[in-house]
Amino acid sequence: MNLGAIDPVLLIASLMVAATPIILAALGELVVEKSGVLNLGVEGMMITGAICGFAVAVETGSPVLGFVLAAMGGAALALIFALLTQYLLSNQVATGLALTLFGLGISAMIGQAYRGVKPPATAKLNLGPLGDIPVLGRMVFSHDWVVYFALVLVAGVWAFLKYTRGGLILRAVGENHDAAHALGYKVVRIRLAAIAFGGACAGMGGAYVSLVRVPQWTDGMTAGAGWIALAIVVFASWRAGRVLLGAYLFGGISVLQLNLQAAGVPVPVEILSMSPFVVTIIVLVFISARQKGAAVAPAALGRIFHASS
Amino acid sequence: MNDTAPLLRIEGLTKSYPGVVANADVGFSVRPGRIHALLGENGAGKSTLVKMIYGLVRPDSGAMHMNGAPYAPASPNAARAAGVAMVFQHFSLFDALDVAENIALGMENPPPRRALAARIRTVSHEYGLPLDPTRQVGELSAGERQRIEILRCLLQNPGLLIMDEPTSVLTPQEVTILFRTLRQLAAEGTAILYISHKLEEIRALCDGATILRLGRVVANCDPREKSARDLAELMVGQTLQSPSRAARPTGKVALSVRGLSLAAPHTFGTALKRITFDLKAGEVLGIGGVAGNGQDELLAALSGEALAPAASIMLNGAPVGHLGPNARRALGLLAAPEDRLGHAAAPDMSLTENAMLTGAGRMGLSHKGFLDWPKARNFADAIIAAFDVRTPGPISTARSLSGGNLQKFVIGREILQDPTVFVVNQPTWGVDASAAAAIRQALLDLAAKGAAVIAISQDLDELMEISDRFCAVNEGRLSAVRPAHGLSVDDIGLMLGGAHDMEMRHETA
Repeated sequence: MNLGAIDPVLLIASLMVAATPIILAALGELVVEKSGVLNLGVEGMMITGAICGFAVAVETGSPVLGFVLAAMGGAALALIFALLTQYLLSNQVATGLALTLFGLGISAMIGQAYRGVKPPATAKLNLGPLGDIPVLGRMVFSHDWVVYFALVLVAGVWAFLKYTRGGLILRAVGENHDAAHALGYKVVRIRLAAIAFGGACAGMGGAYVSLVRVPQWTDGMTAGAGWIALAIVVFASWRAGRVLLGAYLFGGISVLQLNLQAAGVPVPVEILSMSPFVVTIIVLVFISARQKGAAVAPAALGRIFHASS
Repeated sequence: MNDTAPLLRIEGLTKSYPGVVANADVGFSVRPGRIHALLGENGAGKSTLVKMIYGLVRPDSGAMHMNGAPYAPASPNAARAAGVAMVFQHFSLFDALDVAENIALGMENPPPRRALAARIRTVSHEYGLPLDPTRQVGELSAGERQRIEILRCLLQNPGLLIMDEPTSVLTPQEVTILFRTLRQLAAEGTAILYISHKLEEIRALCDGATILRLGRVVANCDPREKSARDLAELMVGQTLQSPSRAARPTGKVALSVRGLSLAAPHTFGTALKRITFDLKAGEVLGIGGVAGNGQDELLAALSGEALAPAASIMLNGAPVGHLGPNARRALGLLAAPEDRLGHAAAPDMSLTENAMLTGAGRMGLSHKGFLDWPKARNFADAIIAAFDVRTPGPISTARSLSGGNLQKFVIGREILQDPTVFVVNQPTWGVDASAAAAIRQALLDLAAKGAAVIAISQDLDELMEISDRFCAVNEGRLSAVRPAHGLSVDDIGLMLGGAHDMEMRHETA
């Protein structure tokens, strides 16, 4: 056992990388749920984004293009969900679960040709003098653009929901779709946009796993990240800031437990592997339990909207 | 009278849905500065008509004119742009948002938040409807929530204001204040379309009325020149039977509640505070109150859904406070909650299954854990026959019944189980006049047979009609119980706890 080999600077740096896919996926799902839709297909949209991004990046040699196409792939899959739940009024829980299974299957099929291929590297962003700051530079300012994009997105989603009219309308639709309809808002269209946004975010999160985090393709490589993103949204009480907190917690413990495994800590590997899931959920449960969790959920979450006129 | 040109003129408006004609050839007009009533029973087509005016529903044929120009709004936004504003019957509010956000959502181009909050304060005081823009809507009373809806409309300076059943959730004092606001608006030139089935209100407030029955206009009249009874008969299309009651002796105390206090079940609930009353066999106790003052909690405490200290509720001298609903049912304490679909009945289950759900014990519909479906079906048939429930048969789902028919079924189901004490919440809410009369008669008959009945309701006319004694709940407290005979509207208003902070301004204004 050699705990001295764990470098705290490196730990935080890799924590930010490990948390990024979850931040992206959870933020997307946050917006979807704020509009009153429960899409359990996050895992499926992530893995679809992972293979779309991987394939495009390998074929074109451009990781940026890979991320763009990953977002489009995730959004396309999400729109299948949107079509089924918003127009054909299917059950959101069942449809979301089906979406996950579908995404896992289709990604494995597309991915057959890409096993063992190495994707082009996503370059680190050069932040100039910021990167030269001792310790902090290496810890926070030496990442690729997606890490910062995810952080900007957290602030963007927070500000959108809190300060803009669009955000207010989105929350209103998720709170009481009948009232929003009576006031003349296009419930279905707003939800469609939210679902597509959620899919795009999840797709980008998936691509980050396959292009940066792991850089290779294996079937089912998102390995439950979509589910943890879903859980984080709930226990973060539908707040963007807490989603960031939850994702960093999860990312941090994931990285820490890997380091602990490498250091040979005498704890069974299985327990270390499950620790990120368990600890994140326990911490967030405690945070959300303090404020009567049920009252903060969007009131129309998961309910089917059918205009009576 | 007819010196001004109509603001809104409607001609030959027709709208049908598969199997029903909601509106057939409806025509009337509303003038600026007038309060025009739209009167009719549930299902007469009032809602569809106003939805067409507000752009939520497109008419199949017919024409509307606004200020002489053709008016065919494609959406509520178009209607608002044309100066039409609407206060909905079931409030179109968002509980988790605050007052200012709710109002902003109902406006086309809301000003920035701070300016809007200031305007809300000014306008709300101008019309005697004080509101704090930063309060969360979920915490507000029904009267306050309605003020939000009205303000949302007023901030857009509407030419036509549509009010859909605005008084169903208000205390008499709040109604008075609302009427004052509406008259003030009319005096300023706003036309008001006032939808209601409360006849006295319409006679007091409106200067024109259009009466709808089964989607057709049956009369255009001046409601001040008609008696309430005339209006009611036009509305229903038949002569109304008032419930008849025989003076009857009351027996010994059947239910005794002593110092019943319960914490609020959830954030927006009401705590019950030291409820105390006695109920004798053969009497009807009416409990009035404005929605959200503890009615649901009281029903839950009496039915056994919420448990209480054993001795706080005594049924025929035996403590039952600690018993659950089934144990209380076995002892003869039965209840019918307010929400027909989802609480009193399971919406997607058949009438037979719904009969089984509460009747299993008392009617002997189950043996050693196995269900006797033929017997349950007979029970459902018996309810349908005895209470004139209009349905194809007991296989129909509860959801498929109209409100009135389902309510007759729900109440009949309990009455046929021969309760010693029967508690009912909102027995005729959203039920048409003839079904309501039948339900009230059934409650009186039940009491005449020696059962004790508690009727919780927000319809004071109903309570005055059926109760022997009356009391009110206000913020979880029960007022003193008084004989219903001879109570005046003012007495009742005081018992209901007054109109909170609204009336002071007006008394001094």
